[in-house]
Parts: sequence; structure tokens; C-alpha cells
Amino acid sequence: MSRLQSTPPRVLVTKIGLDGHDRGSRIVASYLRDAGMEVVYTNPWQEIESVVKLAMEEDVDVIGISSLATDHLLVPKLMKALESSGLSHIRVIVGGIVPDLDELALQKAGVSRVFHPGSSREDIVETVQQLAEQALQARPTF
Amino acid sequence: MNEVKLDQILTEDEHHTGDDKSAERWRSEYETQLGEKSAIYNRSGIKVEPLYTPSSGMDTAYLKKLGFPGQEPMTRGIYPTMHRGRTWSQRQLIGLGTPEHFNARVKNMLKAGASALSLIPCNSVYRGYDCDQVEPELLGTCGTVVNTVEDMDICLRDIPLDSVSVALNDPLPFTMFAQMLAVADKQGVSWSKITGTSNQSDYVSHFVANHMFYRLSLPGSRRVLLDTMEFCAKNVQRWNPLSVVGQHMQQSGATPAEAMGLTLSTALQYAKDCQARGMDPNKFLARFTFFFDISISFFEEVAKFRAGRRIWASLVKQHFGITDERLMRFKFHAQTSGCDLTRQQPLNNIARVTIQAMAGIFGGLQSLHTDGYDEVLSTPGEDIAKIAIATQNILKHEAHLCDVIDPLGGSYYVESLTDEMEEEILKVIQKIDDQGGMYSAVESGFVQAMIGDSAMSFQEQVESGDQIVVGVNAYREQEDASARPVLERPDTEIMQAHASKLRKMKSARSQVSVDRSTQGLRNAVRSDNENVFAAEIEAVRAGLTQGEIIAVLREELGFGHPLIVA
Repeated sequence: MSRLQSTPPRVLVTKIGLDGHDRGSRIVASYLRDAGMEVVYTNPWQEIESVVKLAMEEDVDVIGISSLATDHLLVPKLMKALESSGLSHIRVIVGGIVPDLDELALQKAGVSRVFHPGSSREDIVETVQQLAEQALQARPTF
Repeated sequence: MNEVKLDQILTEDEHHTGDDKSAERWRSEYETQLGEKSAIYNRSGIKVEPLYTPSSGMDTAYLKKLGFPGQEPMTRGIYPTMHRGRTWSQRQLIGLGTPEHFNARVKNMLKAGASALSLIPCNSVYRGYDCDQVEPELLGTCGTVVNTVEDMDICLRDIPLDSVSVALNDPLPFTMFAQMLAVADKQGVSWSKITGTSNQSDYVSHFVANHMFYRLSLPGSRRVLLDTMEFCAKNVQRWNPLSVVGQHMQQSGATPAEAMGLTLSTALQYAKDCQARGMDPNKFLARFTFFFDISISFFEEVAKFRAGRRIWASLVKQHFGITDERLMRFKFHAQTSGCDLTRQQPLNNIARVTIQAMAGIFGGLQSLHTDGYDEVLSTPGEDIAKIAIATQNILKHEAHLCDVIDPLGGSYYVESLTDEMEEEILKVIQKIDDQGGMYSAVESGFVQAMIGDSAMSFQEQVESGDQIVVGVNAYREQEDASARPVLERPDTEIMQAHASKLRKMKSARSQVSVDRSTQGLRNAVRSDNENVFAAEIEAVRAGLTQGEIIAVLREELGFGHPLIVA
């Protein structure tokens, strides 16, 4: 709780895989920024390794993956990569065109929440805030 | 019933000899093309004329702003007979899985009434990779994997290239088009008989919106597009190598007026580039085509298309001294907007698509893609794509939307809105001119910022409830998620087998000949006098894959990094 009060949540908003439709990710990034969070925003077309590296360097609490054209199918690989890099405290959310069956698979892989088209600003901001708090508590202590 | 038949107007309105000439010309063109066989009666037995004009006669203002179909200023349509003579092409985007899947599905679509085909490649192709270079999960999930001439050959098996018009969603450097020309040779079809369009040739739109396509550097893109246009002007004359795309901009958030303005500015940039190359505007302008988004803002879209058509006719006249009206034709394909579709109560999307399609039809389109209602849930499924085609057929045959040319013309609202949209669009064009033209405005990020701002402001309207979206911010219902359609993805094993087939093909080639072809392509790119596209056809024939060709071009011409304006 103390970190939330003193330092805002840190969120990486990005796209992995092949597609680059970024209308959604740009809007979500503004929502989070407007809510006072620190947002790291990247170009689309990121590779899993670069997302993990950036998440580590930027010390983020939450990663938001935007997907329009099936790129979310790579998210289970991202979850594994985060885990093997000792970053399993980071919470991952996915937003975009995600069919229902895929959503189940993503949840199984450890994704905290999938946002579909029509999600509200409040819901997204609140969820990310809560997840950032969870990440903070789950953070390994050195 | 205050509309008056045209022959009555001709006798009643004797004060304007100019109108008589335009009207007579239209009538004679119409009758030569269609004649009496086209008489249509409605259910009440009333004869439906092909065109209605003001009952009070046509004054100078009417002729200046509206005129007749197929004549300046083109507001009412680019052909004398419009949809009554030839309805639009039903050009559904399809693509999933392997070339074999595509071929089977396209044959079904042709049987179901589609009159042209559209090939959408896999995102891996869009991004310039062969299928053995990407994560297998993503292969074939959004389009067909086409990396080689053999792949293209399978895609087009039993599809006669001299009679079916083909739209290739083929961004720079047009490897699929190169493959298709090689396949045409194999089918024994002369290139001069091939018709269709390179749908993703507008690299400017790829730099400002969507970021789904591989890009060469801006100067590299400029060269390859011009080389290809020059090549087509000489060798594939019925092919449209350029489709200027407003769809991406509007899908990314540009308002309809902005999207139209940016598109016209882009077209102007390309036309000036062609002219600087020494190409003849009297030839290349005939092959310019456009591609737009149709949102659900019904009257705004109708007005957007009418105004855009009028502005284009005046731009080509003003900038290139065009007098031949055929070269002023603003030919466009349009796609119903996926952004307006909702995941909530997805069957409502059928109604949305119908309204969007009507706006495009009343706007005078030449070719139409209607979205599947599941577009917002997943990549469209086959059965749902059939509903989308049926929607077009219902509008055409049951609702009789093709009977009358520009049926909304003359409405106080539509005419006033067309004028106002024209003003807004011209303002956008002026802004881009002030930036030094579209190329510079994209280089500086000006266009990207404009689109981003409009996307945000629309989102705010939805959030505040100023813009009602049924099922999203109003009329919400508890829904059963299991009722939503489920899309079957291509079998990963089949896609992996396809990738290993490519690997085998690659290793079976003689390295010496691969190196020689690679060097040949490289030399062509390095030489200022050689045509890059012609060299690509050679490379494709020699067995180079799409990924290999793009790798060479990327090394030589540089990569076009996305310019993100946050």
C-alpha cells in the first residue's frame, strides 16, 4: 500500500507478435497516464524477449498486451518467459479481440484479466491499480 | 411525387441550353449502354426512372454542384448508368490457413455469388517473413501463408486469371503480385488480360495507421511503388497498381472528413511523384483507385463519398490540366467499419453492417466488402461471411437499392451536408499542403498526431454517453457467452507441415543459383536505371521466397520504422 501512495503503479503497454493495430493500446495508455500511472509505451511488433527485458529494466508492476489479430496466442510464452526470469510477480493483462476459448486458455496461463472491446475506462484503471498492488505484495524481497 | 421525368425537364426548361446538353448527353450515354431493356417497375406498378433531377429545372448552381452521372463534377456518380448498369463488385476479404484452404474457400465464395476474389495473406507475409521464420501459433490465423510461386499457384488453381478480377492485399514490395504474374504465365494467360488491384500499395497509409505491414524506408517505398506503377503501365495495363487507402486512417480514428482529406492529399502526392518520374497523367490517373471505410454515421458517409468524388475531379483538373472526364473518375472500394461493431449482442452487427453498406452504396461505390458480424470476436468464420454476402444481395435485389442513381441527391440535408463535408475535407487538404504535402506531413508525424487526437476524442464521446452504442453504453443486457460463434483456427500441425515444406524447398535449391538471383536483385536495386519490380519477378521465378526478396530490399533500401506519436 505504501508504494501505491508514494509512487504510482508502473505499467508497460505493448504489442507482441506480428500485427501493429495500435488504436486500442494508445487509448489505454492515455487512460492509465490520466489516472496518474507511469506508463511505458512501445512500438508494436515486440518480441517476447524484449518485453521481458523492458519489464525488468523499467521495473513494472503490470504488463498490458494489446491484440487485434491473434497475437495474444503468444502470451502463454510470455508468461513462461517472465516466470523463468524471476518476474512472476508482474501481473499481465490482455486487451483486444480475444475469442472466448482463447480467454480461458490465457487465464489458465496466468493472465490476470482479459479486456474486450467496450470495456470502460473505470474498469480498466481500477483493475490495473488493484493488480499493481498485488504485484507489489508478490514482489520478491532481496 | 414532385420528381419529374427527364424528358419532361428537357422540354420544360428551355432557359438553360447548358443543362440541355448535359442532360441529353447523359441520356444518350445511358441509353446506349442500357436502353429500354432496363425499365423497372416497383411493387405498385410505378415505373422507376434511373435518375431524378429537380422538378423546377436545373439552374447553373445545380449543374456546377451536381450535374449528371459520369460528368463533371461527378457528384452524382462516375458512370452514366452507375449501379443500374453495373452493380458493385462483391469483394470479400478472405484468407485462412494454407494455399489449399484458400483455394477451396474461394471457389465456394465464387459459387455463392462473389464476382471477384480477394487474397489476404497471413500477418507473417505482411511483416515480410517466410512462414519458417515466425512463431508457429500465428501462422495462417488471419490470412493465407503465401511465400512462393508454388503457394500462389495453389491459391489460384482452377481460377481463370483472364476472367476473375483479383484483389491482392499485397503491400510493398508486391511479392504476391510478382508471383501472380509468374502463375499467369504458367496458366498461359497474357498479362494484358489480368484485371484487379494491388490493395495495399499505399505505403503512406501504412506509416500513419495500423502498423500491420512491413515497410521499407519512406524513400525506398517511394521508389518501389513508382517502379511498379511504371512497370504496370507498360506491361500489365489493366491492373490497378495503386489503391489509395483512407480506410486505415479512419479505422485508426480519423474522422470521415479527415480520412477523406488525408486520402486525397496522399493521392495528390502519388500523382505528383508519378509526374516527376515522367509518367503521363493522362494514362496513370486512369488506374488510380481508392479504398475507404464506411462507418455507421449514415448521412455523413454518403456525403463524404459524394464530396470526395467532386473534390477529386476538381483536383486532377486543377493540378494536371485533365479535361477527359474518364480520368476524373473517383473509383473506390469500401469496407464496412469493424470499429463500429460490438462484442456485446453480436448479432446486432448484422444490422450495423447493413446500414454501413447502404451508406456506401448510396455513396456510389464500385466495390464493397461487408464485414462478418463476428469480426469483433475473431477472424471471420466462413458461414458468417456468407451472411455478409447475402446482405449485399438482399440490398441489391430485394431492397432495390440499385434502381436509381444517386437516390439521395437533392435531399436538402444530403446536399447541404455534402457541401459542408467538402469544406471540411478541403481544410484538411490545406493543412497537409501547409506541411509541404503528404510525404512531409507523414515524415514529421503531423498526420499521426491528427489521427490520434481524433481517436481519443471519439472514445471520450462514447465514454460520456454523447455517442450511444447499443449494448455497450446503453441498452445493455446480460449475455450468454456460449452463444457466441467459435472460430476454428487452422490446425497447427498443418501449418507446421506447411512451414517444413518450405524449409525443404529452400534446401533443395542450388545455392549457386539462389546466390546468383539474390545478387541480380541486389544489383537491380542498386542501379538507378533498373526497375526493382521487374527484378522481383525474375527473383520469384528463380525460386526466391518472399522473405528472401524482402530481406534484400531491406538491406539495400532500409527499414521503415513505425513512427509513434504518443
